[in-house]
Order: sequence, then C-alpha cells, then structure tokens
Amino acid sequence: MQCVVTGGNVKVLGKAVHSLSRIGDELYVEPQEDGLALRSVNSSRSAYACFLFAPLFFSRYAIPTGLNFRCKMAIKSVQSVFKSLATLEKTVEKCHIGLDEQKDRLTFTLHCKHGLLKTHNLSYQDSESLEAVFDKNSCANVFRAQPRVLVDTVVHFPTSLEEVTVTVSDERMWVRNHVEDEAERSKAMLTELCLAADEFDYFAVKAHYSITFCLKEFRGLLLFAESTGLPVSMYFDEPGSPVVLSVTDSVLEGNFVLATLSDNHDLQKSNRGGDADQPHPPDDFMSDDMDAYLIAMDTSAAPGPSTADPPPPSLATFRKPPAPNYRTRTHSEEEEEDDGEEDPERPPDKKFRSLFFGSVLPPSSQMNTQPLTTQEVLASDSEDETEAD
Amino acid sequence: MKFRGKITDIACLNHFTRVVTTISKLTKTCVLRLTPDHLFFILPGKVTNGGVGMWCQLLQANFFQEYQMEGVTSEVQEICLEVSPEPWSRALKTVQSAKSVKLKLTRKHCACLTVAAELPTLSSVGRVVTHDVPVDVIPRRLWQEFQEAGVPDFDVSVYLPPLKTMKSVVDRMKNLSNFLVMEANLNGDMNLKIQTDLVSVTTHFKDLGNPSRDPEVMAEVTVDIRKLQQFLMGQQVNPSKALCNIVHQNVVHLVLLHEDVSLQYFIPAVA
Repeated sequence: MQCVVTGGNVKVLGKAVHSLSRIGDELYVEPQEDGLALRSVNSSRSAYACFLFAPLFFSRYAIPTGLNFRCKMAIKSVQSVFKSLATLEKTVEKCHIGLDEQKDRLTFTLHCKHGLLKTHNLSYQDSESLEAVFDKNSCANVFRAQPRVLVDTVVHFPTSLEEVTVTVSDERMWVRNHVEDEAERSKAMLTELCLAADEFDYFAVKAHYSITFCLKEFRGLLLFAESTGLPVSMYFDEPGSPVVLSVTDSVLEGNFVLATLSDNHDLQKSNRGGDADQPHPPDDFMSDDMDAYLIAMDTSAAPGPSTADPPPPSLATFRKPPAPNYRTRTHSEEEEEDDGEEDPERPPDKKFRSLFFGSVLPPSSQMNTQPLTTQEVLASDSEDETEAD
Repeated sequence: MKFRGKITDIACLNHFTRVVTTISKLTKTCVLRLTPDHLFFILPGKVTNGGVGMWCQLLQANFFQEYQMEGVTSEVQEICLEVSPEPWSRALKTVQSAKSVKLKLTRKHCACLTVAAELPTLSSVGRVVTHDVPVDVIPRRLWQEFQEAGVPDFDVSVYLPPLKTMKSVVDRMKNLSNFLVMEANLNGDMNLKIQTDLVSVTTHFKDLGNPSRDPEVMAEVTVDIRKLQQFLMGQQVNPSKALCNIVHQNVVHLVLLHEDVSLQYFIPAVA
C-alpha cells in the first residue's frame, strides 16, 4: 500500500484525524478500491464517523489487489503524527503512508522543508471492517449550511454541554440545550437559538421533528468543515433514528452518524414546557410588548419565590424507559442483551439508540478487546476512554 | 413587576459584560436589586459565605439605551432577584458582536432573567439567541438584608497599590499560608504579611497616599488569603481609584471606583 499526500491535503488529512478523535479512541484504516477510508466509533457505539478519501485526493494511491488489508490503531498515536496543524501546513511538503508488512507497522513519513524527514512507525491491530449502515437519502429532513453558520450557532453553548436539541419547522430551525430532568431545569440556563431557512444553502423539511444528539461529535465535524470550508449537510428523521452530518467534496466524503435520543414523548413535551407554545423568538424580539414579560406574583405575600414553577409531573412519566417503542435496528444480539441489562430500578434518563453496524460486531476476535458488557448506552464516554488509556 | 433593558452600544455591552464577569468571579450567587436609576449587585455579609460582603452599584443610564421597570407596587419601585452571575456572564460573552442585547424579566418554566441578543446575519429574518437564566424573586420581607452596609468608622484608609502587583504578591503568599495580615497606616504605608512556623514574609508598599488624616499607627487585619485572592483575581473593571479601609482587627473594606461603577468588598478578620 502506497499513499502519497501533498501540499494542503496533508492538513486536510490531519484535520480529519483530529475530528475523528472526538468520536473514539481507535482509528480504523481501510484502503479500498474507491479510496482510503478512515473511521472511528465511540465505545457506546452511539456515534460513528467515516472519512473516505478518493484516489484523486492523493498524488499517488496504490493498493495491492487481492490483499484485504484493514487495521485499527490508537487514534492518539496517529494524532501525534499530525500534531501541530498550524506548522504542518507551512513545513510539510509531502506525507507518505506505507505498510511495512515485515514489521507489521503502518509508516507515516512526513517530508518537511529543508529535507527534514519525520518517520512514524505505528503499530496496528487487525480488525474487522467497521461500517455503519445508514441511508441518508431516505431522511425526511435535509439541510445544508456553510460551516460558519453552524460554528456561530454552537458557540453559544457551553463546552460542558452534552446534548443539543434541534427542532425544525417549515421555515426555521431552533437549537436548544438539552436539560435532562425537571430538577435541573429550574437551575440550568436554557439557551435557544433560532436560524431562519434563508441562512441555509438548502432547507427541506418534510416532517416537524425534534431530535436530540451529542454536541461533542458535532463540534468535531465542524472543526473539519470549518478548516476546509466545506458546507455541512444534515439529514434526519424521527427521534431515535440517527442523524447524519456530512461534508462532501469531489475528492473526499465525511459522514458522521450520531444516535439521537429516542422519542419519549412525555420528556419531549415537558422539556420545553411553555416555550413550545410560542415558538417565535424573532417576533418576540421585535415586538416590545412589556406585558409579555410580566411576572404575575405577589412577592410581599408568598414566601416561596418560584411560584411560577409548574407542579412537577410524576417522575414515572419521564423515567419511563423507552423500551416499548424501542425499535432497535441493530442485528447484534449482544447489543440488545446489553440494553436489557440496565438496572430496572433506575433506568437511565436518556438513552441513545445504538447505531446499526452491519459487519462490525463480529467475530469474537473483536469481542476480546471491546467487552460489550461494560458498555453503557449513554451520551458521553470520554472520561471512560481516557481512563482506559 | 416588570423589567426590561436594552443595550445597543457595543462599548456599553462590553463594559457591562466585564462588570458581570467580575461579579461572577467573586460569588456564585448574589442579589440583583433593580431601581429606576440603578442596578445593584449585592452579597450580604453573612456567616454562610464566610462573612464576605459585596456592594456593587451601577448607574443604569450609563449602560442601557432603554430601561423600563415597574417595582412590586406603584409605591415601591424596586425589584430584588437572586441571580447566578456566572451563566449570565457566559451568556453575555457570546453575544459581544450582537446588534442589540435585551435583558428582561420573563416568566418561562420559572422566573428568568432572559438575555436576548439579535446577532448579525445576512438573513432577512434575523438571528436571535436567547439565554434564560433562572432567578428567584426575593419577597419584600427579606429586603432589609440588602441595604447598603453602613461604612464603619475606619482606623485607616489608604489607596491600594496597582492591583496586578498586589495580585502577584498574594498569589505567591497563598502557597505559604492560608492567612494574611493586611496592615496600613495613614502615612501611606501598607504591608502584606504572612507568618508561619517556618517563614515570615512581608511585602511593603510605600507612599500610597490617603484621603485624609495623619498618624503613623498601623491598623491591621488578618484575613483569609483566599478571599483576598478571589477579589484580586476577578478584576476586569480597571478601576481609576482603588481604596483600602481598615478597621483594626475587624474588617477590610476594599473599594473600586471606575467612573460609573463602584464596587465595595468587605473581608472580615479571622479570629
């Protein structure tokens, strides 16, 4: 296998690796006929990302025919090859990726200015092919926007925020922070941003869905999209089925598939309370009707300040596990069993549907390295990942 | 009870953000008192927050281009809210480029201070971001706690040295001791001292100047060094005058004055 990347494309490759590092700990490398595929999946398998670099992306792309090589490696070690992206652009003229079969090493050679040569020999493990099965073209809602629009959107949310909720109507998209339970809601700041359809390059809504997904991985994709200036497309269906975010170019394609919270209708409804009834923030902003901001409470009388709080609905409604309508799409028995193992006493408040992997979950070889029993289908697993290192 | 303020001037927005950020570094929660002319950020010097007190006073006209409020009753034109300045400061920081920012008291899932910003965009509709920060409306019977603390009869009052210098001194002393002695006389001498079994360190400041009076007697107070550090760390206001008043063995009263903003901070002596 011989891949040679030159000029600005080295940075593009580096950015792709960095943005994949937001997903999982391991980088799956697979040289295919139609290009070099770099993939990653998170440990709870609720997020998957794939970049496919077409042969034309490379100044030289040669893979041996007949050899079905694929491997996985620690993403951190690949990241260190492209450590400083700023200097990479200035100093690196050429990046050569080759396979040393004798030593079982994947070799990254950076040809820098002044004849400087940096060689990274990275060890790898054999792996099965990692491929999520998704069909973005069948999604009801499709959007495309310049990366700047989305970057300017997520900047309003704190970095500690795990999930955002995206709601669409025929002409608008609302992005809000997702707050899990009622108790937190009375303390947490709620942020809502409204984007008009004309901020998008393409805006097609067939169904007014509201989906909730992880922000961290989304930021990862934006990192890549912003540096390459590629517009980001977003495809989604009803809550619970994955959202696909993608960037495309003539020589590369990146797809991020993120699980969304399955539709627990009670939760969805209570999540916004009164807000949902008046989804017209821009108009609200324009019309300065003071009465709208009236707080109807007599402070001299009542000691309890937040009398505006609605009585909390019974916990059961939103603690209800989404099991009944849990249309899991995975073929893997293990995954389903895993879900069943959740403590019935206190099911997690949020639950992401695991994505569907065709040929990934597999053969026992991989089971050894990725014990499914420890997997929790929760949003953020970054802590676990770092600990594992 | 209504409140709405609008900031359209970017310099005012920036200035207001810095004040709120300064407050957020000093305390997790505080009281926001709104009157027709002023905004006050108040931390009553209670035992629960280590006896530290704060009083920050802003003239609304210097920050808001539009400002409307109605108090709890037509006679009492005041509103008292318990707010968390940190999310508020965070919300303001992300809307620095806004065309206009509105602060308003709203009733959402609970009483909220809403920061609504109209962001620059090419779209015809306009891009609006709203941040709802939950607040508690404080009942009137508790209001007497939020009156301006009577300024005690100080033994010594001097101007503070440059806060950055003071900060770097205190930051280093923090590594050695949890308590710090502040002493000053009316000659304009001020000493910051720490004393432990192993080491004694004193930093002397001279010729600081003082508003009046004369003797050379030092008035000193031992304070929790973290409280002082917190005060120095959060500074974003760049005061034109910084004053230190000491009641011997009792309290340090630090005052920052900057045009339209005054911030007073009380650190009690440790026993």
